[in-house]
Amino acid sequence: MFTYTLRRLFFAIPTLLVISFVIFALLDLAPSDPTGDLPLTIPPEVREQIRASLGLDQPFLIRYLKWLQQFFINEPLNILESLTGWQFGDGERMRILSWATRSPVVDLIVQRMPQTLWVVGLAYLFGILLAVPIGVISAYKQYSIFDQIGTFVSMVGYSVPTFFTGVLLIVIFSSYLQWFPSVYDTNLVVNDFSSLMAQIRQMAMPVAVLALYNASQITRFVRASMLDNLHQDYVRTARAKGVKEKAVLLVHVLRNSLIPVVTVIALGVPTIFSGAIITEQIFRVNGLGQLLIVAVQGADIPLVQTLTFIFAVLIVLFNLIADVLYGILDPRIRYD
Amino acid sequence: MTDVTINAAPASPARSAMGDMWRQFRAHKGGVVGLVVFTFIVVAVYVGPFIHTVAPNAINIRDKNQWPSLAHPFGTDNLGKDMLAQVLAGGRISLAVGITAMLLALFLGTLVGVLSGYIRRLDGPLMRVTDLFLALPLLPLLLVIIMLFRDTLRAAFGPETGIFILIVFVIGITSWMHTARIVRGDVLAVKSQEFIVAAKSSGMREYRIIIRHILPNVMSSIMVSATLGIASAIITESALSFLGLGFPSDFPTWGRLLFDGANFLQLTPSRVLWPGLAISLTVLSVNYMGDAIRDALDPRTLKR
Amino acid sequence: MKKFKILLAGTVACMALSSSMAYAERGTDGDLKILFWQAVSTMNPYLSGGTKEVFASSMVIEPLARYDETGELVPWLVTELPTLENGGFSEDMLSLTWKLKPDLKWSDGTDFTAEDVVFTWKYCTDPNGGCAQAAQYEGITNVEAVDPLTVKITFSEAKPYPYSAFVGAQSPVIQAAQFKDCLGAAAPGCTSANFGPIGTGPFVVKDFKPNDVITFEANPNYRDPAKPAFASATLKGGGDAASAARAVLETGEYDYAWNAQVEPEVLAAMMAAGKGRLEISFGTQVERINLNHFNADPALGDKRSTAEAGPHPSLSDPAVRRALSLAIDRDIIVEAGYGQSGRPTCNIVPAPETVASTKNDSWCLTQDIEAANKLLDEAGWERGSDGIREKDGVRLSYLYATSTNSVRQATQELVKAMWAEIGVDAELRNASASVFFGGDPASPDTFQKFYADVEMYTNNFDGTDPEKYLAEWLCDKMPSPANGWQGQNIPRYCNPEYDALVGELSRTADLEKRAELSKQLNDMLTEEGAHIALVHRGDQSSFANSLQGVRMNSWDSQVWNIADWYRAK
Repeated sequence: MFTYTLRRLFFAIPTLLVISFVIFALLDLAPSDPTGDLPLTIPPEVREQIRASLGLDQPFLIRYLKWLQQFFINEPLNILESLTGWQFGDGERMRILSWATRSPVVDLIVQRMPQTLWVVGLAYLFGILLAVPIGVISAYKQYSIFDQIGTFVSMVGYSVPTFFTGVLLIVIFSSYLQWFPSVYDTNLVVNDFSSLMAQIRQMAMPVAVLALYNASQITRFVRASMLDNLHQDYVRTARAKGVKEKAVLLVHVLRNSLIPVVTVIALGVPTIFSGAIITEQIFRVNGLGQLLIVAVQGADIPLVQTLTFIFAVLIVLFNLIADVLYGILDPRIRYD
Repeated sequence: MTDVTINAAPASPARSAMGDMWRQFRAHKGGVVGLVVFTFIVVAVYVGPFIHTVAPNAINIRDKNQWPSLAHPFGTDNLGKDMLAQVLAGGRISLAVGITAMLLALFLGTLVGVLSGYIRRLDGPLMRVTDLFLALPLLPLLLVIIMLFRDTLRAAFGPETGIFILIVFVIGITSWMHTARIVRGDVLAVKSQEFIVAAKSSGMREYRIIIRHILPNVMSSIMVSATLGIASAIITESALSFLGLGFPSDFPTWGRLLFDGANFLQLTPSRVLWPGLAISLTVLSVNYMGDAIRDALDPRTLKR
Repeated sequence: MKKFKILLAGTVACMALSSSMAYAERGTDGDLKILFWQAVSTMNPYLSGGTKEVFASSMVIEPLARYDETGELVPWLVTELPTLENGGFSEDMLSLTWKLKPDLKWSDGTDFTAEDVVFTWKYCTDPNGGCAQAAQYEGITNVEAVDPLTVKITFSEAKPYPYSAFVGAQSPVIQAAQFKDCLGAAAPGCTSANFGPIGTGPFVVKDFKPNDVITFEANPNYRDPAKPAFASATLKGGGDAASAARAVLETGEYDYAWNAQVEPEVLAAMMAAGKGRLEISFGTQVERINLNHFNADPALGDKRSTAEAGPHPSLSDPAVRRALSLAIDRDIIVEAGYGQSGRPTCNIVPAPETVASTKNDSWCLTQDIEAANKLLDEAGWERGSDGIREKDGVRLSYLYATSTNSVRQATQELVKAMWAEIGVDAELRNASASVFFGGDPASPDTFQKFYADVEMYTNNFDGTDPEKYLAEWLCDKMPSPANGWQGQNIPRYCNPEYDALVGELSRTADLEKRAELSKQLNDMLTEEGAHIALVHRGDQSSFANSLQGVRMNSWDSQVWNIADWYRAK
């Protein structure tokens, strides 16, 4: 398993290079333009100058190689410098600059991390924590009232989109009841009890919307997979041997049911980084999801490229983690 | 046990196997209810327009934002279009898009998942392709696909069918990766079990092993993916039209109706109630049918 | 203390009555909460020409003169407006001299001088800078500081209307000291200057989170010691128009939300909460349908919508163009999509009043299906079996494109229904705004390429003088592959008479004569059906009821007089 992991990590490098090239080519091919959302009163000649000042007049390959250099050499060196205080060269390195804001892309990402982790990350965590017990109980008591309600809620939760649930919650809890603010304040600093309460209040609605959605999806997989295993021979054997029902359920069945669940969660964790575009828009959380969508709409290629590439790294990494976990959960799975 | 199945299958007529499955399906109460509801929805959206003959995109600005009445059982929207007619018309498109796109994604996902889980040589390359597709930014991808293929398809199939093919293709091609990863994980677990080894050593052909033994054992994950897939295909379609990449704006779909209605939540709640309910009911009924189908296909439940 | 507050409240109420704020104090009204549903990406309007960036930066940096809510130019950082009468504008129309107000200070306490104005010109005209407002400085050969309080602008040729550079929110003056190392290619790298420019305006940037939130503080060195009334301001970005309006009108969390482009009945429902109001002002924005004068048949491939494709088979018929306009009920479009923030119009130059024509209102503003049908019948367009008119195998069936936006899609559906009444069919299409207005030559969906028979969008002109705008319909400004689709004559209208008249306008200095010519040009476009003007669009924003002193302005930044805003107690 160890050599397998090493080999996979080694192969990840060419894979990621290919992915980064494909993304760059795709972004270059896409028909949106960084001057697209400027007022029409700005004449075409000026637009042409703006494009030139962004470096859009250079050939595609040059732009891609520049980005590679900036991402893999310049930015890591900068981070190293700021961490250690050492100085490499003259410190005058071209950083990846966003076209819309003209500021370093890495700074933007760092700025957006807190709210994304608070809201999207927490919602994912809650989703998992809710989904696993609900899924286990639903499967164990198949077709009970609990199962039926669980199925209904999760199916409705998954099929009603967040652009609707978000507005519904705002109308109920912000307009009528006035319990929660409808706008997320990213400047809020949590340093005492009252600011913590304010943070919880402003997180309540977006976290609820996202957690419902995540939990709905994961519950279905837990339940289905548990059901598969509950009827297996080994369960009957274990019961016949007199193993306690709780142990049968949680040790034998759950462990064997976790493979699809691990897959779904491993697919989901990287999406925390890409943020929740619609939910972030509705509640104005302005995390990484909003950063990405604004960048895509404004054809801010350096920003989109960097965000998407970091996302790709996480995907490759977490899929590798999932593969390793398969082997631990089910020792019969071998890759060598 | 496996040998029996192999030998029995060619001998007994296919009809009785189907009959067995149907009996199993009928025994599943939820499945029957799901089938009834689903049939009702399908019949309603196809036959409904002959009973409720108001044209879905007939504008009557003087009757805008009405609550339900006899003339407009679901009320009207802000241009005075009849909501019932729109929900019915939207259903035809949404169901077609949802089911076809889901099937396409399911087919691709299962194919990739089974191949990479079962054949070790293919595992690496196929999973790296999956990683690539997972990482691609959706929106620019859609813009590129639309730019490259819309006019060609429009010329070949006309504006409506052309867009339909494009949308189904776009949703299918961008949503198979989850199924692929999940199926692969299941296949990896299943293929190391004894009965597969037994089937292999009995000289059974690989593709028959996959169809006879692997697929039924990963069916439950596929079914869950299918139900969730319909819901997300219907919603994704609405996101596409919101971005200007979907059907023309005078083609109602459930997702679009829900999106357009969200701001009118307080004014005319029926505008969001019915499309939302329609999507949820469809997904619920497909979910229960999926449960029943899985039970019917499950060899272990058959034995009981 | 409490007594004092009550006293203060009483004073404010009195002052509101007498509409004078002279006795207020700086920073007594707390925090001003502003919501922009499109987030602000930079505070330097020269690097991003977006409306949101221009508005946000106008709280900090200011031009020499700006437009008030009636479209009148008012001196802002200068003592008076240079005109021919007072000699500030030379007789030969080749130079303009601005006299700066004495004792003006930047927010860092240093003096505001003519050198800063000269620097601003250099900054924006640097060939490597990609300045988004370069058009404002067009035709200027030199800007010089005659003395610390006098700036002289020299033009390359006589400029009958000289107020463009350093006028309006698009060309504010930036501080030379702060930006001196940011000229040309170095401009984007000056992140801290671009995010927190030093200005002369009522507020200074305290913290800037790009595309998210900006925090401002009152400028301690602002020229009026009593202003601004607010100690700080927070400008939050993101979300959508409807929820932004809701945060002001219904939940009352914010004081001011920019651009409430939401269906009128939804706004009315929000207003029922009684927390806020809408303010509307009208500038020069007109929603129009461009009629393609060239053939846009997809079978023509890359020749579509170019001179090579030849004239449009049906839209080149003046009767068809006139009938399409007659069939439209503009009142219904306004009622459904715009409410108070739109007015039916037939003019491409709808304002200011001096240049707005009324000549064609009589036939064009009212829907006349009968007349339209008659016109088409006479022109030989007969209804086919499906009710769609045709002549010699040419059907009146149009591809109707626009950008994605719920109001536009509703308008598309309404127009389609109206055209159906005169036997004209339409296939609706919409493209994401970033593509439609993006101008990527590789995309078939840009409005410049116009691979459709008709297309709809809004355009306007800066300031109050329409000369440059009217020159967009010149024959040689047609977009074509030869110029990379970069022309502004989108409908491909061409009329030598029109070209000659535009030439005459550019040589005329007399204001009345200029207005007369502008009207003539506008009428020509309407009568010949270069396009169908639909709605004169206003700007509509929501404000909390407690926020007073707002003078909604479409000619300049909406926050142009934010120094005068205050909270009613």
